[in-house]
Amino acid sequence: MSKTMIEVQNLTKYFKTPKGMLHAVDGVNFTIDEGKTLGVVGESGCGKSTTGRCILRLIEPTDGKVFFEGQDVTAMSSRQLHDMRQKMQIIFQDPFSSLDPRKTVAQTIQEPMIEFKIVPKDQLHAKTRELMDMVGLAGRLINTYPHELDGGRRQRIGVARAISLNPKFIVCDEPVSALDVSIQAQILNLLKELQRDLGLTYMFITHDLSVVNHFSDDIAVMYLGQLVEKAPAEELFANPIHPYTQALLSAIPIPEVGGPKRERILLKGEITSPVNLPDECRFAKRCNYSCEACRQSDPKLVEIVPGHFVACHRMNEFINH
Amino acid sequence: MSDNNNEVLRVEDLTVYYELEEETVKAVNDISFTLDRGETIGLVGETGAGKTTTALALLRLVPDPPGVIKSGKITVCGNDMLEVPVQKLEEIRGKDIAMIFQDPMTSLNPVFTVGEQIAESIEIHEKLGKHEAYEKALDMLEMVGIPRERGAEYPHQFSGGMKQRVVIAIALACQPQLLIADEPTTALDVTIQAQVLDLIKNLKDRQGTSVIMITHDLGIVAETCDKVAVMYAGRIIETGTLDDVFNYTLHPYTEGLFNSLPNINDRKAELKPIHGLMPDPTNLPPGCAFEPRCEYACEACKTQLPELVNFSGTHKAACLRYAEEGFHIARGKKHE
Repeated sequence: MSKTMIEVQNLTKYFKTPKGMLHAVDGVNFTIDEGKTLGVVGESGCGKSTTGRCILRLIEPTDGKVFFEGQDVTAMSSRQLHDMRQKMQIIFQDPFSSLDPRKTVAQTIQEPMIEFKIVPKDQLHAKTRELMDMVGLAGRLINTYPHELDGGRRQRIGVARAISLNPKFIVCDEPVSALDVSIQAQILNLLKELQRDLGLTYMFITHDLSVVNHFSDDIAVMYLGQLVEKAPAEELFANPIHPYTQALLSAIPIPEVGGPKRERILLKGEITSPVNLPDECRFAKRCNYSCEACRQSDPKLVEIVPGHFVACHRMNEFINH
Repeated sequence: MSDNNNEVLRVEDLTVYYELEEETVKAVNDISFTLDRGETIGLVGETGAGKTTTALALLRLVPDPPGVIKSGKITVCGNDMLEVPVQKLEEIRGKDIAMIFQDPMTSLNPVFTVGEQIAESIEIHEKLGKHEAYEKALDMLEMVGIPRERGAEYPHQFSGGMKQRVVIAIALACQPQLLIADEPTTALDVTIQAQVLDLIKNLKDRQGTSVIMITHDLGIVAETCDKVAVMYAGRIIETGTLDDVFNYTLHPYTEGLFNSLPNINDRKAELKPIHGLMPDPTNLPPGCAFEPRCEYACEACKTQLPELVNFSGTHKAACLRYAEEGFHIARGKKHE
């Protein structure tokens, strides 16, 4: 039996805007087991990053609870939270703006270790070199500044900094989106290696479906602040039930020529505004299957087979296909 | 085949440098390719490969200084782009050749309505009156899937995908023979990307436009292009039909690109990234630019610059190792 590392219950985040309440995350529930990766996919504005940040309480959730190894993160005092942050880290998307331009590689990597007194002062340098080694940064770069380095190396600094505190859980927020394919593969392999060696648990946020398929154990699909489908990666790709998941998967451009022709499901329109949402299925306006029921209430997330959750009024018609 | 009258574009030995005070960036080095009417070529490569500089050179839009077209010849619909006077150039741009830029957020003017922006190029090139041009602009808007009424709105009232549609409408307003699409969907979400690619494809089929699709995404190439040219450090290192490059891959770099991509059908397959980084374009190695990262490299690769060699009627690659009898990279079938 694997241990649950993260449990999210009814996580909700609303932002006040002049036009009304913006529902960034709306009642999301999921768990992540120790040593596993949950991939979170969805289009820009679907609430993936906000969910990740709410779990770490980098943003205060409006409602709901987050448990880290059974402890309620949302109820912690700022002091407890400070200690907790050592175990929960984040790697950001943009290696160009997430590093302090006035700090060297060494200073950047050491900063959290000094804050949490991870190693005695005289061992700090050795520990830094060890971390740089782990993430594949050449030792000669220790005194360089971010502007001297390319995107891949900068992202390695971000990774080194995140693992410097021996965390158990890392939110990876689009860690490879800003990188070229050959560099992207280097970083993905690095993250996998570290997971294996250090037993890390990841929440991997991305919009790239082929990357998430490769990287995750479970995949959660979000649409306008809600979880619309969640399943083990293989199951989701073999048996997508929600019409949005089906459309997403069919839209992945596959780098193959001469393979079987795929039917592409084109969606109508674009993601609608998350402000002042009516009580109907949020995907109904773009859905090729929407019916009366979809416009009357918001479907609930239901477990259709163990581990596979779907929120759709008409899912029974799609399951038998 | 220079007397092929189906030919829309011919690029011969194009070399573009950015000459800075202390150093020279060798952005594009000696590249050649042609494009026929209705054909789509994919220009593939990573950041800094020279894709965008190539596109800008075709329009003679390389920022000068520091950009200098050192040598080469570019022929668009029979016009020698590097020789024509500026006035003629302005006629060609927008009418014969149009470009869609990567970022739809910054390529529209925030103080004009989208209808006015589309009408502007129609008015200039087709010599229509204001009113007629505006009507035609609204037709274009409809063609890219935006209701006519929205022509009176400003760019900030549109979402990213919609803005990119507007940019496409502007580019296609005068029915250009050649469309350059520079990463047209990079800033967009997958479902919107699918819509935009579909739109470009339909327009191409309907109007017989030739397209240069600049992208780093081999999936997009597979779905939209007829031919491919893979660029590395300013050179074309492999070129051929879609089938040639995807199924009969020759160059180690092309293989490396494929191996870096997660396989959607086999999620357990390990990624095999290309180690190292792209060379500094101000200081290219004397031999093959890919040599430091290439697992097949031999001594000769360090000093000798490989030329594009014909492997079949359509397929060319620049790799010295093929001089050896029987050599082939791990990926790809062999040509008969």
